[in-house]
Amino acid sequence: MKIHEYQAKDILRRYNVPTPSGFPAFTVDKAVDAAEKLGGSTVIVKAQIHAGGRGKGGGVKLAHSIEEVRQTAEQILGMNLVTHQTGPEGTEVKRLLIEEGVAIATELYAGIVLDRSAEKYVFMVSTEGGMEIEKVAAETPEKIVKEWIEPKEGLTVQQSMNLAEALSLSGEQAHNCSKTVLALWEAFIQSDCSLAEINPLVVTEGGEVMALDAKMNFDSNALFRHPEIAEMRDLSEELPSEIEASKYSLNYIKLDGNVGCMVNGAGLAMSTMDIIKLSGGDPANFLDVGGVANSETVAHGFRIILSDPLVKSILINIFGGIVRCDRVAQGVIDALTDMEVKVPVVVRLEGTNALEAAELLENSPLDFIVASSLKDGAKKAVEAAGDLA
Amino acid sequence: MSILVNSKTRLLVQGITGNEGTFHTEQMLEYGTPLVAGVTPGKGGQDHLGLPVFNTVKEAKEATSCNTSVIFVPPKFSAAAITEAGNAGLDLVICITEGIPAADMVKAKNHIRETGTQLVGPNCPGVITPGEAKVGIMPGFIHTPGSIGVISRSGTLTYEAVDQLTKVGLGQSTCIGIGGDPIIGSTFIDLLTLFATDDDTEGVVMIGEIGGSAEEEAAQWTIDNNFNKPIVSFIAGQTAPPGRRMGHAGAIVAGGKGTAAEKMKALTEAGITVVKSPADIGITMKSLISERSLS
Repeated sequence: MKIHEYQAKDILRRYNVPTPSGFPAFTVDKAVDAAEKLGGSTVIVKAQIHAGGRGKGGGVKLAHSIEEVRQTAEQILGMNLVTHQTGPEGTEVKRLLIEEGVAIATELYAGIVLDRSAEKYVFMVSTEGGMEIEKVAAETPEKIVKEWIEPKEGLTVQQSMNLAEALSLSGEQAHNCSKTVLALWEAFIQSDCSLAEINPLVVTEGGEVMALDAKMNFDSNALFRHPEIAEMRDLSEELPSEIEASKYSLNYIKLDGNVGCMVNGAGLAMSTMDIIKLSGGDPANFLDVGGVANSETVAHGFRIILSDPLVKSILINIFGGIVRCDRVAQGVIDALTDMEVKVPVVVRLEGTNALEAAELLENSPLDFIVASSLKDGAKKAVEAAGDLA
Repeated sequence: MSILVNSKTRLLVQGITGNEGTFHTEQMLEYGTPLVAGVTPGKGGQDHLGLPVFNTVKEAKEATSCNTSVIFVPPKFSAAAITEAGNAGLDLVICITEGIPAADMVKAKNHIRETGTQLVGPNCPGVITPGEAKVGIMPGFIHTPGSIGVISRSGTLTYEAVDQLTKVGLGQSTCIGIGGDPIIGSTFIDLLTLFATDDDTEGVVMIGEIGGSAEEEAAQWTIDNNFNKPIVSFIAGQTAPPGRRMGHAGAIVAGGKGTAAEKMKALTEAGITVVKSPADIGITMKSLISERSLS
């Protein structure tokens, strides 16, 4: 799960990670109030969307007077912000962070991720602050210094000092850096983050080591122990169809093609998308209906797929293991009897009770296209989508 | 032979009295899996489905000499269940549960490595040696005893591959779902190591997916260790958009890393036969095995 920068900074403050003072603002008036509360000669107006590259896209601006704060907030709130992470369609800015200006001496990078190969969390720092870290990793990997964290010990004081040294800091600054990275690790592990990135981590002219930006993602599997973080979810950053799907425990991701698909199991769902593409079509979505494919799940699946007007055909691909194919077939028949589906539906059912399922589909007065294999299903679904075009 | 589980396995079910545990224990018994006991804390002393129930794995092991366990407990207790099985000194633990927090798994995995217990999963369908032992939730009837090993990060996609193998006349030695999470017990490499010395395994199907670098590491391992049995590999998620988690917690292309294209390239360069279509897994293995028996 993703949250906004201002929310991440709220969490960091709780763990004593230094951050600039600031307030979220959802309206221009609130932005002005926030700037008045902050005082000072410079404030930063920062667009809050769940994507990086906001500065380059024009979503982060300095303001030197209250009037300028008002103008800038008016300009950014409601704008369609396009960054390398939003895709060309961009994201509408609905929230701002109004923050005090900070006198920066040095810009650095700090991040924590799970290293899947090492099976440990890894703390990474780089002197190349403010740059895209993927670019640094690709071009000058020697500029990223890593400390792997032993699960039993956590980040040690020695490791925190190693990281400060890797950032070429000494004396008071090194001490402050060590404190900040230890606090950052605590915030990360106590909140069950899947990723934390402070880019830039800055050394201020006063020698403080501070999180100027903050990105925190959370492990969805651990949200049950962090209800306060789960509440930070901003539904307006997600597609309505994907939110709807999650209500029914369906795993749906919208794509750009026109062949919809409904599959049980994530691996098979991805493979179904792949074989649609190989058959000359384009998948409209990823949809894993999970272990229970009854008429209710199937009906929800149809509604969600069909909320995408691009969809021209639907492929149902179920491999019945525990779930019985005849039950799925009955589910499909019931769903299609109760609702209007105007696009061709191709059904491929394999596994437990596949023969009984085939019989049910054959005897139904409804208009299905029955497929005999994965390949056949994909081919027929792609052809059916083409027929309507 | 075969790997990991067979007719001599003495299986324990952790979480045997729960809904999932009960249902799948019945299915495993029906398949003929050698089950000896179950564990549910607080229910020790009872009988369930004709099996004795214990409060702890240690007690179950002392009473029944079980050597393998399968875990069906809810996600928030699963890491503790894995750790308990490791501490009790079982040889093998297979964790089916989906949704375990990654931080819990980091601790459990690093702990169990010290106990010497082999872990499979979590978030997986389990392990089956057809005709001998079904330890997990896979449908038994699609499998057939034979000589192809299957290692996969997926569930239903594994069934699809097994079904294709069975239909082209290739049985399976052992099929392992290694799980769709970022932190898993046994990796492709751990299992290829076992298949390498298993005389009953003539070829291996390896089903990977986007995210992480386990497939690339396995490809390099087959080169370094002269793995000489034919491998057919399929990578799911060739059309998956970057930055999105595709159902499995571990299936995500992050920061441009973990793409299907990279994995397919590494596998191909290691001399592994990579199929682009998930429909070609069975027939491709069939032709590799036929070529081999001709030469």
